[in-house]
Amino acid sequence: MTGRDSTDSRDTGFNDGELDHRLASVWSTPPGLWGALSSVDHKIIGRRYISTAFVFLALGGLLALLMRLQLAQPEARFIGPDRYNQIFTVHGTNMMFLFAVPVMQAMAVYLVPLMVGTRNIAFPRLNAFSYWMYLAGGLLLWIAFVLDTGPDIGWFAYVPLSGPQYAAGKRADIWAQMITFTEVSALAVAVEIVVTVFKQRAPGMSLDRIPLFVWSMLVTSFLVILAMPAIMIASTSLILDRLVETHLFNPAEGGDVLLWQHLFWFFGHPEVYIIFLPAVGMVSTIVATFTRRPVFGYLAMVMALIATGVLAFGLWVHHMFVAGLPRLGESFFTASSMAIAVPAGLQIFCWLATMWAGKPIFKTPFLFVIGFMVTFVVGGLTGVMVASVPFDTQVHDTYFVVAHFHYVLVGGAVFPLLGAIYYWFPKLTGRMMSETVGRWVFGLIFAGFNLTFFPMHILGLRGMPRRVYTYQPEMPWSALNLFISLSASILALGFLLFFIDVIRSARSGAAASSNPWGASTLEWATSSPPPPYNFARLPVIGSLEALSDQSTALPVATGLRVDRRELLVSSVVEAIPEARESSAGDSIWPLWAALATTATLIWSIFTPWAVVWGSIPVAIALIGWFWPKGVPEDES
Amino acid sequence: MRVASALLISAVASGCSGNQSALDPHGAPAIHMEHLIIGIVAICTVIWVVVMVMLGVALLRGPRAAADTAKSEAWLAMTVVAAVAATVIIIAGLTIASFYTTRDIGVPKSDALTITVRGQQWWWQVFYAGADATPGFQTANEIHIPIGTDVHLRLESADVIHSFWVPSLAGKQDLVPGRSNSMLLRAEKPGVYRGQCAEFCGLQHSHMAIMVVAEAPADYDRWAASQRGDATMPADPDAAAGRGAFLAKPCAACHTIRGTAANGTTGPDLTHIGSRLTIAAGLAETTRGSLAAWIADPQTLKPGNNMPMVPLTSAELQNISAYMESLK
Amino acid sequence: MGAQNRLTERTIANPAPAFVAGALLLLIGVGALLGWLRQPRELRLDPPAVADLDQFRRMPNGISGTPPESYFALGKPYETDAYNLSQGKRLYTWFDCATCHGDGRGGAGPSFLDGWWLYGPEMVSIVASIRDGRPHGMPAFRSRMTIEQIWQLAGYVQTIGSYTPKIAAPSRNDNEHTRPAENRGPAIILFDEGPLGAHPDQGPSP
Repeated sequence: MTGRDSTDSRDTGFNDGELDHRLASVWSTPPGLWGALSSVDHKIIGRRYISTAFVFLALGGLLALLMRLQLAQPEARFIGPDRYNQIFTVHGTNMMFLFAVPVMQAMAVYLVPLMVGTRNIAFPRLNAFSYWMYLAGGLLLWIAFVLDTGPDIGWFAYVPLSGPQYAAGKRADIWAQMITFTEVSALAVAVEIVVTVFKQRAPGMSLDRIPLFVWSMLVTSFLVILAMPAIMIASTSLILDRLVETHLFNPAEGGDVLLWQHLFWFFGHPEVYIIFLPAVGMVSTIVATFTRRPVFGYLAMVMALIATGVLAFGLWVHHMFVAGLPRLGESFFTASSMAIAVPAGLQIFCWLATMWAGKPIFKTPFLFVIGFMVTFVVGGLTGVMVASVPFDTQVHDTYFVVAHFHYVLVGGAVFPLLGAIYYWFPKLTGRMMSETVGRWVFGLIFAGFNLTFFPMHILGLRGMPRRVYTYQPEMPWSALNLFISLSASILALGFLLFFIDVIRSARSGAAASSNPWGASTLEWATSSPPPPYNFARLPVIGSLEALSDQSTALPVATGLRVDRRELLVSSVVEAIPEARESSAGDSIWPLWAALATTATLIWSIFTPWAVVWGSIPVAIALIGWFWPKGVPEDES
Repeated sequence: MRVASALLISAVASGCSGNQSALDPHGAPAIHMEHLIIGIVAICTVIWVVVMVMLGVALLRGPRAAADTAKSEAWLAMTVVAAVAATVIIIAGLTIASFYTTRDIGVPKSDALTITVRGQQWWWQVFYAGADATPGFQTANEIHIPIGTDVHLRLESADVIHSFWVPSLAGKQDLVPGRSNSMLLRAEKPGVYRGQCAEFCGLQHSHMAIMVVAEAPADYDRWAASQRGDATMPADPDAAAGRGAFLAKPCAACHTIRGTAANGTTGPDLTHIGSRLTIAAGLAETTRGSLAAWIADPQTLKPGNNMPMVPLTSAELQNISAYMESLK
Repeated sequence: MGAQNRLTERTIANPAPAFVAGALLLLIGVGALLGWLRQPRELRLDPPAVADLDQFRRMPNGISGTPPESYFALGKPYETDAYNLSQGKRLYTWFDCATCHGDGRGGAGPSFLDGWWLYGPEMVSIVASIRDGRPHGMPAFRSRMTIEQIWQLAGYVQTIGSYTPKIAAPSRNDNEHTRPAENRGPAIILFDEGPLGAHPDQGPSP
């Protein structure tokens, strides 16, 4: 709070036009490629993150279609086992690590600073770094795949199949190191979200006035911080076993193959909630807007989010019910897995109550929420089924489980996400998506999804295991498999239409007003898309429904400097303003740091010395990153 | 959804859907599980229908109050609390039901017949232990059990994790390297029950089936006695020539035929291969033709498996197939 | 927040996703091209190619020779391909090579990593040794292994004694640890330490 504290550098002294001009000159990203590469604007990085994640979704979807083509008839020779194993591994890995988790975090990168009323995300350069790391990890996996060295060990990479003896070549190392990339980027974003939510909320936005989407991202971020280290330990241990002959997973030298499964699922189960909880936040937001009332039971919803987040860490053994663990211990995990139905049910009931009491408006985002309710409840109930040990020993690793988790992840997370894209598209691009096309997209995806995945429940109960590249003609599965493959084309058509609509709308959709849906959260208080500084004057929040209670303009806080990037730091509980804090300016160094880290990580699957020599360029990049540049933001 | 529900109903109603189905149980553990599966699915279906009716009514109900009154909010809160309470009661009930079923499918008493199953990439090695007077024997991809008795399976792995799963008889259990797992197998009536590896184990995970043949105790004893014996010298001249070719070619380096010089341990024991229902872990029925096709080109039928393509003349191929078929 | 701001924002925002998508597609396209040029993992070699593997030429003294032309056309798969090398390692166990050669440090038979190849380190010599046997106890495996398996095994045996560890060489097995795995260049490490059971007439340090 030092520096030239003269009034002419504060925002109090300007009229609106002058203020916009001054703020734009400080906060704007310079044009051109260099500007794009060095931008730290959370909106630009958020959009980039979201677009990249959807590119990976499309690529992963293509792999799914290839698998359906191969499985359409028994003993098909379209894809051989080696390629097929790579395809299902890359499909799963891509969807979990390169699409589902990053896209949810990306939505948060774009939306959370707007929803809490601040000018940029906390640690904006770390944010840029995290995107480059994510992109590098994704390229590593996909380039390896097209080079025919894609991992072929399943997205779960169980040892010893992924271990040094049975996974020849560098395929498994590429999987394991791709984990490192995505986990570094996920952890970075999680830290940014937590700090943004705790310390950068607009004045007056006390904890009980935080929008539910922000709450869900806060809980998700804590899950990321607590769960991801387990998988990083696991994947690093795997690389060590494979490269420098540690014996962590080698039973002959005192290691244990089940150690891998414990580490993997201690991350892997919370992972499901890392994907699902943001979707819950999206559903709450959309339900509130399209029923014209606040979500019923705000406190109960927040408690349910936190309870889900806590319980998520006590369920992992239900992925290991057939591994030969003691039955009594397994029964405990049956109980805890079933118990998570309580907070999930509570949220469903609260949304139903909201719809009951509100006045539903059936726009596309809301249609996706209805689709979510129909399919997610199926996925939740089959989740209760597989939580039971005896039930699970029959359906574990069969197509029943494939159906179950697609109902949870597509029905429970992708449907809300698509609704969220339709809902926030005007805020992302300044244009509306087509309502007519949106209805077709919803219809095709909803019908295609259910026709594709529901029959898989039956296939599983009738004995078809997962991860098979083919099946024999005498098994009674051919008809259903053909039906599923044909249905998948409907689903694919729906997604194709969605992508066409997104591209078309981004270019030539109808211009959007600042609040086209009449929503009540803070991101709609600024223009669509928002200016580089988000809000010319920071809003002051007086209630949970920031906008709906204000028939006139929001009250604003003033006193921030306009000659440097500056935002307001507030207290954790009451969001009382505490300090003015500078926010880092654009920098190319996060990109250099990401490139240096990428080189080190990829090199290190070939020789352990890469960690030593690679630390030199990483250190140089970090010194460059933090070296004072003599800009106003450097003043404390 | 309607189509899908119809499909589910038809599948459940018809029940008998081949010999590898959790819905077609013929052993005590699988029967207990089927009861549990049907019970839970029925309860969950009812819950789903109730929630969907609530959703439909909530969305489409008629005139709505102009403003939310405190009274209707309180009523909604009561309803939500009641629904959560119902959820708690239902899942508690399901947990208890699941616990009792778990108890019913426990590991058998130690005096039960014990069979050791060893998972290999990508076939099943089966050991029947001997007693004082009777030697043990080895077979592959096929287990014979007497009906009406508990059988104790000891599950081990020679390489990666596999999972033993014969859904009509019992749930699955993993074969984990460095560990020995146990499971109970029991068949109530004679029949052939197909199973298949359920844990992804590499290239040929898809072609790793096992047949469980359940038969009357007398039939089982007869089978076991014949399996204990060595291979006999074939009478047929083709087969006898095949025996010679088998021993001269690389075959004998990986396969054992008791009673001959072939004593390799890498591949399945072939002493009585002709008596088995299938070859190459369920890939095809055991006939002279399928044996010939398999020996001639194993990498086309099951790409990546560990049996090499051994160059043979067509006469050698025919003779070896005849010999294999004769090994009853 | 006037229209002007929106315009600046849009002009800045648009190139980035387009750039990213373009770069992604370009990289994946280049990758696909490389993948097309690169050979896939070969699970089944055509019988004529296998038969050709048997047709290598040897020097009269039986020490060295030339592999068949087709071996080079395939891209020397038994020396460079990780899958073949790892299959070779399995064959080493399955065919009980360890009975005489131990973990590679020798026993009744010679060591592979003391820098001393009695018949030279070339693939052809190793293949010939396995296929046809050698004096003083090395049996011929001609009737026990196919020629493709012999090449796989030879490729693996060569990695045990290689002084420049290959990236594609196998890593450790899930067994007891007795020596560094092939991908770490056991010959370099153990030779420097003075390996156990080295041949008395061990050659000069490489």
